Amino acid sequence: MSLNILAVDDSRTMRDMIRLALVPVGFTVHLADDGLHGLEVLDGLEPDVIITDINMPRMDGFGFIDAVRDQDDHRATPILVLTTESSAELKMRARNAGATGWIVKPFDPAKLVKALQMVAG
Amino acid sequence: MSDANDPMAEIRASFFIECEELMEAMQDGLTTLDEGDDDPETINVVFRAVHSIKGGAGAFGLEALVRFAHRYETALDDVRSNKFTPDADAMRLFFSCADHLSDLIRVCRDDDAIPDDRSAELLAQLDTLLGGAAEEEEEVSADDFEPMGVSISLDLDGLGDLPPLDFDVDDAAPMDETPCYHIRFKPEQEMFETGNEPQMLLRNLAALGEATIECDLRDLPPLEALAAETSYLSWDITLIADVDEAEIREIFEFVDGLCELSVRRAGSDTDAPAVTAPIETSSDGFADLPEPPATVPDDPDVPVAAAPAPVAAALAPSAPSAAPAPEEKTARKPAPAKAAGAAANGPKSVVRVDLERIERLVNLVGELVINQAMLSQSLEQAGLSPHSDAMNGLEEFQRLTRDIQDSVMMIRAQPVKSLFQRMSRIVRESSAGVGKNVRLVTVGEGTEVDKTVIERLADPLTHMIRNAVDHGLESTEDRRAAGKSAEGIVTLSAAHRSGRVIIEVSDDGAGINRKRVLEIATNKGLVPADASLTDSDIDNLLFAPGFSTASEVSDLSGRGVGMDVVKTAIQSLGGRITITSEAGKGTKFSISLPLTLAVLDGMVVNVADETLVVPLNVVVETLSLGAADVEMLRPGKYIVRVRGEFVPLFDLGVELGYREARDSYVGAIVLLIAYEDGARAALIIDGIQDQRQVVIKGLDDSFFRAPGIAAATILGDGQIALILDPADIIAEASGASRTEALSA
Repeated sequence: MSLNILAVDDSRTMRDMIRLALVPVGFTVHLADDGLHGLEVLDGLEPDVIITDINMPRMDGFGFIDAVRDQDDHRATPILVLTTESSAELKMRARNAGATGWIVKPFDPAKLVKALQMVAG
Repeated sequence: MSDANDPMAEIRASFFIECEELMEAMQDGLTTLDEGDDDPETINVVFRAVHSIKGGAGAFGLEALVRFAHRYETALDDVRSNKFTPDADAMRLFFSCADHLSDLIRVCRDDDAIPDDRSAELLAQLDTLLGGAAEEEEEVSADDFEPMGVSISLDLDGLGDLPPLDFDVDDAAPMDETPCYHIRFKPEQEMFETGNEPQMLLRNLAALGEATIECDLRDLPPLEALAAETSYLSWDITLIADVDEAEIREIFEFVDGLCELSVRRAGSDTDAPAVTAPIETSSDGFADLPEPPATVPDDPDVPVAAAPAPVAAALAPSAPSAAPAPEEKTARKPAPAKAAGAAANGPKSVVRVDLERIERLVNLVGELVINQAMLSQSLEQAGLSPHSDAMNGLEEFQRLTRDIQDSVMMIRAQPVKSLFQRMSRIVRESSAGVGKNVRLVTVGEGTEVDKTVIERLADPLTHMIRNAVDHGLESTEDRRAAGKSAEGIVTLSAAHRSGRVIIEVSDDGAGINRKRVLEIATNKGLVPADASLTDSDIDNLLFAPGFSTASEVSDLSGRGVGMDVVKTAIQSLGGRITITSEAGKGTKFSISLPLTLAVLDGMVVNVADETLVVPLNVVVETLSLGAADVEMLRPGKYIVRVRGEFVPLFDLGVELGYREARDSYVGAIVLLIAYEDGARAALIIDGIQDQRQVVIKGLDDSFFRAPGIAAATILGDGQIALILDPADIIAEASGASRTEALSA
């Protein structure tokens, strides 16, 4: 199953890692540098799953998820939060904003693929 | 995976480049914070930089880096969330941590040994500063950042809002049969707001094994009472699968707390009925449950990104009938880098280019300039009219060549900011070393200079900064006594001035102690004891080889390197260094450098049948000497009057050793030369050929450094010409004449 993924992260290294994990298994990956850029890239895109970092300049991950959920087209698009912190508080905040799930960095490429496939349904 | 095409190696390299950028942003942020800025975004930038470094480092298993970054990040987070307001000491520690982080990055990049002591020391200081929390943090970091290991699995900690479920059966003796689970799942309304789908969860569950799923419609109200946004459905699932409970819970991980979930393993006496049918089915032999359809690569060890080919190879001999499978696998194996480039939106419009390619381009443009000059010369010699099409075309060609050249140079140009940032660390470290309170002020960080120049400036500048802190500035007590602020200031500035880059290092210290300098120089035999030297002469003794020795330098600026080495380094860049000092006010070193090391605008001149190039930017005007213009001070020493001002006169042919001095200089052509500091001199030449752009070809190291010669070039007719450094020639000549004067 090939998925269309939007990944939002301000770290170039992390974006490269995501691309490296997903493109070889046949996923299409769209990348953005921060929340605002993510919204721009999302415009006109129908990703199967969105991956987002939390700590980003201009618009952070919470703001981004909020904004995505405000769009009728993306009310149900699965959103995975990519985070280095595994604290319950952060997960609750992400969930309250409307995140579907989370992936703890650094991620294992195979498990990232698996998580995406699981939430993509 | 071969090293050459290892995408991880590529990303790793890219990570370290990103680290440099992040460190730069971080230094900026810390400096701004230190200046009292309270914009929350400033600390956010610093925090994010450390955070990103940590994230990337984790991906590459750079544990030492992760561990340190993690603790540092926690400290910054406390500042960010206003739990802690840093004072001057804390800021100093933050700077030290940033410096150390930068060291760790370099060490990790180069696979060098990691200096653990320093990490431990700084971490201990952070703990002292922020109190407690360290142990707990350490634990978290150890858990969180196993390289490439931790992921979405088993992340059940911290979600204690669910009551513990029936775990009683877990401890029961393992059974031979495939386990059977009863699962009840009732989503709450909130679950639907997070993009989680019951259908998807159920499907993932079914993929684990044999599942019987029943939807419980009991709570569903009649249609007229139905609220669209409310969740009424729940599901009972019987799952026979060779999995443990954790794997089942893993599927519901994201919806934990957003649903009612119970998982019970059948077979315990608490749980007899209602499972008859599945258990019977299980006797049909589910030992080898078919793997769920392709979607889930269950074995986490299957390297998704890497090795489809070996898999295909392994399949081929044993199962020829499975031909489609290898094909499919092969088809799914695009060259990662290319596919990635095509599929993804590139991150901003920045291209990273190997420096070698730029060097090649610079060289080619250099050849183009030479080529164009040759063409221009042959067309002129062919006697073409300046108004002919060919000549007009050539003019356009010249203009384009120059534009291309400028553009190429711009690629190589970089702001001096990164260099200046490194110097702020030098100031911090050296001031701490000698117990002085010093602030570095930087001006003109955005000034762009050729990358090579920036790299080669680092060492001399480091030495000069150390000197300024160590020797230039007085001790705190002396400053107070002199009515100055306790904090010494070292200023580092960069600017473009008349086609050159001027970099200045100045301090507001006591100025050069000329008496002492002269004493040292005399003791070392650098000048005769009875020499009468001007202030400027004495100041310049600092650059004399052998002036600075280990016996009188502190451990800071010392290391056996004197200002003569700095001067040589600057000269090798085609630059000059000058010094000015005022008692009680401070000392200033001024470095003047060419904008680029590749080309220069030159005046092609003849001296004693030799063709030479003088950099155009030092030539103020050309004059023909009249009888009344020249005055002889003493034999062999002349001055020339230029608009009422007297300027020393030097015969280039004599200074370069091409010929003997002439008897009369009446009618001779001279170039009036001026330097950044305003000093002037007149150089006698035999004739002027042309003004043109020349490509600088460095003289090989195997040549000894010839005084007054900066480099060489190839002219339009293929002839090689030396490029002069007039300032050096004059300095040599003056030095020689001064020595003569002194010994006379």
